[in-house]
Amino acid sequence: MTARTLYDKIWDDHVVDTQPDGTCLIYIDRHLVHEVTSPQAFEGLRVAGRKVRAPQKTLAVVDHNVPTTDRSHGIEDPESALQVATLADNARDFGVEYYNELDQRQGIVHVVGPEQGFTLPGTTIVCGDSHTSTHGAFGALAHGIGTSEVEHVLATQTLIQKKAKNMLVQVDGTLPEGVTAKDIILAIIGEIGTAGGTGHVIEYAGEAIRSLSMEGRMTVCNMSIEGGARAGLVAPDEKTYAYLKDRPKAPKGAAWAEAVRFWETLRTDEGAHFDAVIRLDAANLPPIVTWGTSPEDVISINGVVPNPDDIQEETKRQSKWRALEYMGLKPGTKITDIALDRVFIGSCTNGRIEDLREVARIVAGKAVNPNVNAMIVPGSGLVKMQAEAEGLDKIFKAAGFDWREPGCSMCLAMNADKLKPGERCASTSNRNFEGRQGFKGRTHLVSPAMAAAAAIAGHFVDVRSFG
Amino acid sequence: MEKFTTLTGVAAPLEIVNVDTDMIIPKQYLKTIKRTGLGKGLFAEMRYKEDGSENPDFVLNKPAYRKAQILVAGDNFGCGSSREHAPWALLDFGIRCVISTSFADIFYNNCFKNGILPITVSPEDLDKLMDDARRGANATLTIDLEAQEIRGPDGGKVSFEIDAFRKHCLLNGLDDIGLTMEKAPSIEAYEKKTATVHPWL
Repeated sequence: MTARTLYDKIWDDHVVDTQPDGTCLIYIDRHLVHEVTSPQAFEGLRVAGRKVRAPQKTLAVVDHNVPTTDRSHGIEDPESALQVATLADNARDFGVEYYNELDQRQGIVHVVGPEQGFTLPGTTIVCGDSHTSTHGAFGALAHGIGTSEVEHVLATQTLIQKKAKNMLVQVDGTLPEGVTAKDIILAIIGEIGTAGGTGHVIEYAGEAIRSLSMEGRMTVCNMSIEGGARAGLVAPDEKTYAYLKDRPKAPKGAAWAEAVRFWETLRTDEGAHFDAVIRLDAANLPPIVTWGTSPEDVISINGVVPNPDDIQEETKRQSKWRALEYMGLKPGTKITDIALDRVFIGSCTNGRIEDLREVARIVAGKAVNPNVNAMIVPGSGLVKMQAEAEGLDKIFKAAGFDWREPGCSMCLAMNADKLKPGERCASTSNRNFEGRQGFKGRTHLVSPAMAAAAAIAGHFVDVRSFG
Repeated sequence: MEKFTTLTGVAAPLEIVNVDTDMIIPKQYLKTIKRTGLGKGLFAEMRYKEDGSENPDFVLNKPAYRKAQILVAGDNFGCGSSREHAPWALLDFGIRCVISTSFADIFYNNCFKNGILPITVSPEDLDKLMDDARRGANATLTIDLEAQEIRGPDGGKVSFEIDAFRKHCLLNGLDDIGLTMEKAPSIEAYEKKTATVHPWL
């Protein structure tokens, strides 16, 4: 039998039908639904008189549009309130399990799936959200889809797809102290560019990836889409099983043992073919900061803002000048000289308990710089509860951080949490696009550790020598 | 879905690489529960000034391009979020075809679900088409999906590749869900098999 990659195996396992031109019908095991990309899909079902084919394989939660302040008295913004109420109605009408904004299990859909054990190795997972790639950390084939495809999955539990190519990203070596999963993925995107993974599924392998916690692996897989790849994968191992065991929706008893036996087979075979291979040495990685308006615009904390005139290709050179103008930066400026107005810690990239512990370790006994407004938004109600049980909230509040209710918040700024024009923010989220965190807002992507240190210092600072 | 067969129209040059879906339709327009009416939000942060008035420098505000039906753009068009509001906004504005050297996967898929044709061309061909587009209303392009061909104002031709299945669906305005529903027996058979092999799912 031909040697197969992990992606090949999961793909083969889910093919329902193949057409002569190679277009396949793929079965979807798990479907996550949120309020922003689903109303038109449910409406489509209603108009056509269709049902949800497998409600028990579907889980709905509100995250993008909910305020991160107290919401026990309802949602003030009428449009947000309508969108949230629409999801509640749709979930009820179509028999889908739903976590509302007051449910302790509510949170960012990509934090909730793993937390509940809804995310399992070897499954196919989709959601109308590009950061669905996060779930690949468990060895699940997971990717974002558009609303028409959400409707297609609701109606048929399948997706029409062509198989992608295989890309291997091998990260060897040991990460230095103060350098994290976020720096690994930013370095990879810097290396391959934002379109480097287009048409590919990435498998992350190597000692540095194996050494990461499940939270760290989720951070890496989460930003696969920023490298153009729809999905990222990490083969499951003991850490994966330990994370999932006894989660509410994970298999139990004999079924658990049987599942683990199957999960053990989810490995890329020796000699399997990859269409592209990228290698990185973790030992050489510094903490990374983005300087522009694309996640590929990365630089070491010890570096300076690059000069776009060094780029040969004209459209690209002009785009990078446009980015610098938008960001209000000049070539040659030291990254550590960039002062900040805001710090945002949270998102499906870095809003999990391990991220918050890292922040607490750095800010304990210190104070947020008086020029900086810093907020921490836990990824879910359960993350918030865990953080409070460990006393992390007290550390944050004592240091001057704003401690909020869970949701997507200022990662995409759909709710009231947003930058004002010209404000500069160190953010643990995933996109630094123009206007992403607010009209004319300026975003620098960093790790939670770097964001924490920057909040205290008031400017970027090398977390490796920060004490 | 509306069929796409041939299209003759003005092409607007958008000379930016990595045009992301936040740029195409900013988040404040995502609160809708409808598919229609998003044209006003298309490229909003480039198209309007802070006071809400039109930015005369933006290409789609220039007289020659206000009725553009084709967009010619830099590499990696449509990267970022999965929001289908991006093709909905393009369609609502009147754009039925986007030409670039490359597209982000999810955006590319979303176009086909809405009767929009995304065309991938080589960098050399993009330069040529960008030149045509810069000539505004005097230089319309004709897109012929059946022939897989873009015809320029001076008789120049650029051919392009497209999946046979996607082409078929677009030419006939076919609804994916209806097609898949016809395969219900295969889906049922798959579900039965999986229930035995992976009972924990």
